[in-house]
Amino acid sequence: MAKLHVHTTVNGEAAEFLCEPHETLLAALRNELGLTGTKEGCATGDCGACSILLDGRLVPSCLVLAAESQDRAVTTIEGLALGDALHPLQRKFLEHAALQCGICTPGFIVAAKALLDRQPEPTEQEARFWLAGNLCRCTGYDKIIRAVLDTAAEMRKTAV
Amino acid sequence: MSDRTFTYVGTRPVRHDGMDKVTGRANYGADFSLPGMLHGVVVRSPHAHARIVSIDTHEAEAVPGVLAVVTARDIPETRAKLMLGEGALDLRDISENLLARTKVLYHGHTVAAVAATTLDAAREGAARVKVTYEVLEPVMTIEQALAANAPILHSDMITKGQHGAKAPSNVAARMELKRGDVGNGFTQADVVVEREFRTPTVHQGYIEPHACVARWGEDGRAFVWCSTQGPFAVRDQCAAVLGMDAAQVKVIPSEIGGGFGGKIVVYLEPLAVALSRKARRPVKMVMGREEVFRATGPTSGTRIRMKLGATRDGTFVAADASLYYEAGAYRGSPAGAGMMCLVAPYRIPNFVIEAFDVVVNKPKVAAYRAPGSPTASFAIESVIDELARELRLDPIDLRLKNAVVEGDAAPFGPAYGPIGLKALLEAARRHPHWKTPLAANQGRGVACGFWFNAGMNSSATVTLNMDGSAAVVTGNPDIGGTRAAQALMVSEELGIPVERIRPGVGDTDSSGYTDVTGGSRVCYATGMAVIGAAQDVREQLRARAAKIWNVDVASVTWEKGHAVPPKGAEKAEPLSVNDLAAKMTHTGGPIVGRASLYAPMAGPGFGAHICDLEVDPETGRSRVVRYTAFQDVGKAVHPSFVEGQIQGGAAQGIGWALNEEYVFDKNGVMENAGFLDYRMPVASDLPMIETVLIEVANPLHPYGVRGVGEVPIVPPLAAVANAMRDATGIRFTELPLSPPRVLAALNHEPTPVRTSDELSAVKADS
Repeated sequence: MAKLHVHTTVNGEAAEFLCEPHETLLAALRNELGLTGTKEGCATGDCGACSILLDGRLVPSCLVLAAESQDRAVTTIEGLALGDALHPLQRKFLEHAALQCGICTPGFIVAAKALLDRQPEPTEQEARFWLAGNLCRCTGYDKIIRAVLDTAAEMRKTAV
Repeated sequence: MSDRTFTYVGTRPVRHDGMDKVTGRANYGADFSLPGMLHGVVVRSPHAHARIVSIDTHEAEAVPGVLAVVTARDIPETRAKLMLGEGALDLRDISENLLARTKVLYHGHTVAAVAATTLDAAREGAARVKVTYEVLEPVMTIEQALAANAPILHSDMITKGQHGAKAPSNVAARMELKRGDVGNGFTQADVVVEREFRTPTVHQGYIEPHACVARWGEDGRAFVWCSTQGPFAVRDQCAAVLGMDAAQVKVIPSEIGGGFGGKIVVYLEPLAVALSRKARRPVKMVMGREEVFRATGPTSGTRIRMKLGATRDGTFVAADASLYYEAGAYRGSPAGAGMMCLVAPYRIPNFVIEAFDVVVNKPKVAAYRAPGSPTASFAIESVIDELARELRLDPIDLRLKNAVVEGDAAPFGPAYGPIGLKALLEAARRHPHWKTPLAANQGRGVACGFWFNAGMNSSATVTLNMDGSAAVVTGNPDIGGTRAAQALMVSEELGIPVERIRPGVGDTDSSGYTDVTGGSRVCYATGMAVIGAAQDVREQLRARAAKIWNVDVASVTWEKGHAVPPKGAEKAEPLSVNDLAAKMTHTGGPIVGRASLYAPMAGPGFGAHICDLEVDPETGRSRVVRYTAFQDVGKAVHPSFVEGQIQGGAAQGIGWALNEEYVFDKNGVMENAGFLDYRMPVASDLPMIETVLIEVANPLHPYGVRGVGEVPIVPPLAAVANAMRDATGIRFTELPLSPPRVLAALNHEPTPVRTSDELSAVKADS
């Protein structure tokens, strides 16, 4: 079967690629566009390592077909920093040592951004339930949750 | 040593590799690619136990795009042993686990590998490899393995350590550890508790599946890029399995997305090299999650009988235990380690512990964080909890009364040096957590844990740059922040700010031999090599200063990052690292410090955890509502990552206690080979995990460091089960404490506390 020609927007820039009809968006991002910051941990939507934003909505890119990104806006971990400035979540993850091996980190940061975009004042419980779709095997989540709540507090302060 | 004051060690700088990891730039195993690369997939056995009658690869080779198929015929048959660090690995087992030769021994066992120009073509090729099997009855439990008429996995396996054993058996080895006179010991006991415990097969659960790229060259040399805990371990296994010199294989480690012991033995790398050798193209292989569950990792399912006796005042007088650990398809469970860890935290004058290494038709077990210790701890710490109840003693007081101190003999031989078990138990007793009242349906449990920690081989180089910054390189992939710790050590020795240190992970050509990132050894043993290499630089700097000042080197001292001239030396002002670095070309050339060492021993590690559990009586679901972990860490070089190790280990242990298990059907097929059904803890399952770091300096390390990574997975199994006992009145002796099991137990009468008399009656019956 012929490959599909997909036009999309990735991290604010126009992008196009060829893909198989059954190819996932995760595979296209990694293999066609070279954006390997989005990780595959399970390919079944259970681990969250491949979390991206599709038109601002948090999705596991392993469960989205590459062709579905036609004419839509994709945000990946590579698109979070603004120029030289890290996204506050990225900075707080570093400050709080909220990563060990780091394989889940891109997914957590993207998922946490989706949370803070919706709910700038999450409680610990809200943060824990929102991030329950992202598996981390190294940290026990403690420092991740602290980093997210601290980011929220700082962003509220700077927003005032 | 303990009274030493530190400038950098003990601070919490941002890790040097952090920026790449929060921006997605860090490259892990599956992130590497080469031009012209093929994709390799493996053909796995659909049976848990079968004889291979024939393998026909012709149809697979004819699939368009398929360029190579390999089977066991493509790798040499061997019976050799391979030394990796302290452990001798049976090369035949590694080789046959990689590519089954005559039998498949678990569902998912590799029988062939296929490389093709696309992943789809490789999968098509794999589907067309025709394997004819003679299906055999699978052996899935310890009971089945031990049964008199059990199917035998390995016809040449005779039980080692079993006097007079002649017939083939599924028991690979029997081991025994003894002290004193157990029979006499139990006669002194006022209370004896005996229980039998079971734990299921569980997986390390690293989020990154195994992945590698291999490139074979016409010169007979191979390059392997992969995610591993030990680049030298991969190199040596590849070379040994494929019959190459170690010098013919270069391994370049990627960032590693978790390992916990599971990324030491090779699964893909030799296959990728063999495929590349056949196809003359680079080959990439990446496992799916299902393959990770079915064919890598897990740790042993166990059955442990534990009997412990104490006098009325709570003094332990005798212990008697039998440990059966599943090895999976090939010998080598951590039963021996479990045997040595079982009573390690306690003074017990009389004990006999026997341990059995049992093969079953499950994937060959791999190391998993303190291998062997958590399940042993589950048994003894549950029994101690019952003893405390019978004796009406506070469970921390009971443990304190029997806790080992410096000078006590470890059950496996040597006397302990300075250790912090009593100090951390006292900290636990004082902690507000221990005294806070519980709400309805809640219970509290406490448990201790021990791990040896490892030393072994390490190398490090420190290169001083002309601007006074420096690089440090070791051979240990960084799983949890070790680069940051190594940079801190260089800063401490040379006075160079930690941001000006670049810590790196070398490949097998660019770093000296270093054993795996495992055994809680990196900060300890590799740390000593780093400190040694930095001190080597410092000595060279003193020599350079002496040369500049034209004085005897012995008269040059080193203070706060400066070479200081002897009193009275003319026109001599102290020279900083920057000053000396800028002059290095004219004072003798590049300054590179190096150190290599073998650390025969390490500082033993102890911890104690307090767990509060809330149980929903309607569903049997339980939730950890508060958790505090106390651990003797020796010296926390980067406290954030020490805390992180403890929090992560506790979370893994909680998962082991509450939910994780391999579920097999009657044919030996794992039914829950995915993260949806193999239920690891998620953020909403856990509370914050408080850590209390006790620092009893380890005299074997210049800063007092002892390993920290493994101890924290040991106590949670029993801490959770003891909390469950407290909340429900039910002593669970089988994990996991998943809602169905708890609900079933809640709907029946609580299990009564069995006395030693009742137990003897039970024993007499059986």
